[in-house]
Amino acid sequence: MLPLRQPFDVAHDDAQANAAQTSGAPLTLGRAIVVTSGKGGVGKTTTTANLGVALAKRGAKVALVDADVGLRNLDILMGLESRVRHHVLDVLEEKVELNEALVRDKNFPNLFLLAAAQSREKDEVDTESMRDLIEELREQFDYVLIDCPAGIEMGFTNAVVGAQEAIVVCTPEVSAVRDVDRVVGLLGNAFSPQLIINRVRPHLVHKGKMLSVEDVNSILRLPLLGVIADEPDVIVSTNKGEPLALRTDTATAKAYHTIAARIAGEDVPAPMVEYKETFMDKLGSLLGGRR
Amino acid sequence: MKARKIVLTSGKGGVGKTTATVNIGAALAKRGHRVILVDTDIGLRNLDLVLGLEKRIVFDLVEVIEGRCQVRQALIKDKRFESLAILPAAQTRNKDSITEAQMARLIDELADMADYVLIDCPAGIEGGFRNAIAGADEAIVVTTPEVSAIRDADRVIGKLAERSIPMRLIINRIRPDMVRSGDMLSIDDVCEILSIELLGIIPDDEEIIDTTNRGEPLVLGEGYRLRGIYEKIVRRLEGDLIPFTNLDAPGFFGRLIGALKAG
Amino acid sequence: MTFNDVFNNLNRLFGREKSGETAKERLRLVLMSDHLSLAPDMVEAMKRDLVEVVSRYVEVDRDKIDVRFEHQDSVFAMLANVPIISVNRTPSPPAGPPRRRRRKKRLAQQNGQAPPQSTINPAPAT
Repeated sequence: MLPLRQPFDVAHDDAQANAAQTSGAPLTLGRAIVVTSGKGGVGKTTTTANLGVALAKRGAKVALVDADVGLRNLDILMGLESRVRHHVLDVLEEKVELNEALVRDKNFPNLFLLAAAQSREKDEVDTESMRDLIEELREQFDYVLIDCPAGIEMGFTNAVVGAQEAIVVCTPEVSAVRDVDRVVGLLGNAFSPQLIINRVRPHLVHKGKMLSVEDVNSILRLPLLGVIADEPDVIVSTNKGEPLALRTDTATAKAYHTIAARIAGEDVPAPMVEYKETFMDKLGSLLGGRR
Repeated sequence: MKARKIVLTSGKGGVGKTTATVNIGAALAKRGHRVILVDTDIGLRNLDLVLGLEKRIVFDLVEVIEGRCQVRQALIKDKRFESLAILPAAQTRNKDSITEAQMARLIDELADMADYVLIDCPAGIEGGFRNAIAGADEAIVVTTPEVSAIRDADRVIGKLAERSIPMRLIINRIRPDMVRSGDMLSIDDVCEILSIELLGIIPDDEEIIDTTNRGEPLVLGEGYRLRGIYEKIVRRLEGDLIPFTNLDAPGFFGRLIGALKAG
Repeated sequence: MTFNDVFNNLNRLFGREKSGETAKERLRLVLMSDHLSLAPDMVEAMKRDLVEVVSRYVEVDRDKIDVRFEHQDSVFAMLANVPIISVNRTPSPPAGPPRRRRRKKRLAQQNGQAPPQSTINPAPAT
């Protein structure tokens, strides 16, 4: 754990130092990737937080941008909610400098959060200014991950405007697949969307009560980044504000690290989840299939 | 007599608004009420899919509002229930194709034709949300015992309070084992934080995934564990005083599983 | 270090972290902050100042103070539950914040004078 100190000042200085470093070197812009889905509650924010951590763990400079104005949650998932002083709209309206609004992560000095405004509305965001803001972030960071709000209204438009790539998150449910299909249609030919299938319950797939990865992707036909299982750990990690990818030993954490490696261009296979019959399953079927 | 106009909303998506709308609607219809379900998620409609009525859509909500068809032409009756109908959202239009005033008028018109009009609200608090609550005179706030869902629900409760819309709470996807082990917020915690009246507690159950896949509301099937829970919610809506099931106390099967897991 | 960090560290220290409890504490603070449009550490500072003012008149049980913000009908209200241990018989006058008083006291001592208002902290009534 890092020594405890005043987070705001540190964030400020470091980000400025980063900016100073990059200003001398030839300017290579980072990658801005929007994490989107159409449907809410499929795990966009969880994905953003974990991929941010996993990419930062690889040493990349990462900025996470919460584009869900009015319903921000990325700060909570990162456990940074008490450190947020300024937000995206403060920066867009030039009340503060970008570097003042960036909150540094507790665990990684190279990971920053730009929080959404909570008491404002999504249509207060100026789309062109948002595009400029993302570009400014790309000058400082290797990766800019943008957490898109649910729906396809103004919040969606403003979240995708500065991105060049998209990660679409889907769950194996008919409504989520339909919404992702709609969003991919709206993204058009740009953004080269890649798919993460989240919340897979292998035992339900095995029993034929849940769409399989193949089912989902036979409909969506997108390059697959990886598959994440539905685990109660996710709720615990949200409770604590500690993304699962902080660890390296659990299956879910490993899956996020592998996905991060794939995003970084490593040639590794997409993480999958496999069905393993447990003792409880056997007992369950013995007792008449109640479970 | 005019129908009760109830919006189901949550702020956060994916907490089970549409599933709750469908099952409460079907349970109300089963108790003999005339029910209309309205999907206000223009551009991302799903209510039709959850009820298995997606193939029968001819007209949609926006076409009704634009006067291209009569309300009755757009309503799709559920074959399993003559007293249950849905008004689907448009899929290829924007949420700003309609105004709050138009929506309020439409809901009012529907209220003449039913006993309950249930309005399924889109995620978020943008235009779609404002339209969905425009015609409602009551609200059911759906949340899950997760930090982000509760924070979003709190935002929505604030917005509904500004408009003086009375509201009640459904807590969905409770996992009693996680509450017992201290890894999930309890019903009391959620109620204390949100401080609005409780209408229902729904445990997390895999049968909901299966029934949604098949487009069958579980209150219509036999032997589903959640069926009784929805029936109680509906009776509370009707005004009956029904005590809440204590999910924290493990049943025999739960104790057996617990003992086996511990061993 | 914020309240949350203290809370988490304490829990970690005792090795028994109930994440549901952590979630509840985090939610309480973050919702207060959302409602007031104030950063959580500002909310904490406000609570601290409030307690500071109250304890000038009465002795309070600082560990059991509960300040929360709630919607009551359409009004947003701050509810403070401050258990009082004892009532001070001679309350200190409502002077400025304590830091300024201390400086006055120090200045007075430097000038070789007896500190004014030497009964600033009367013994609590028993």
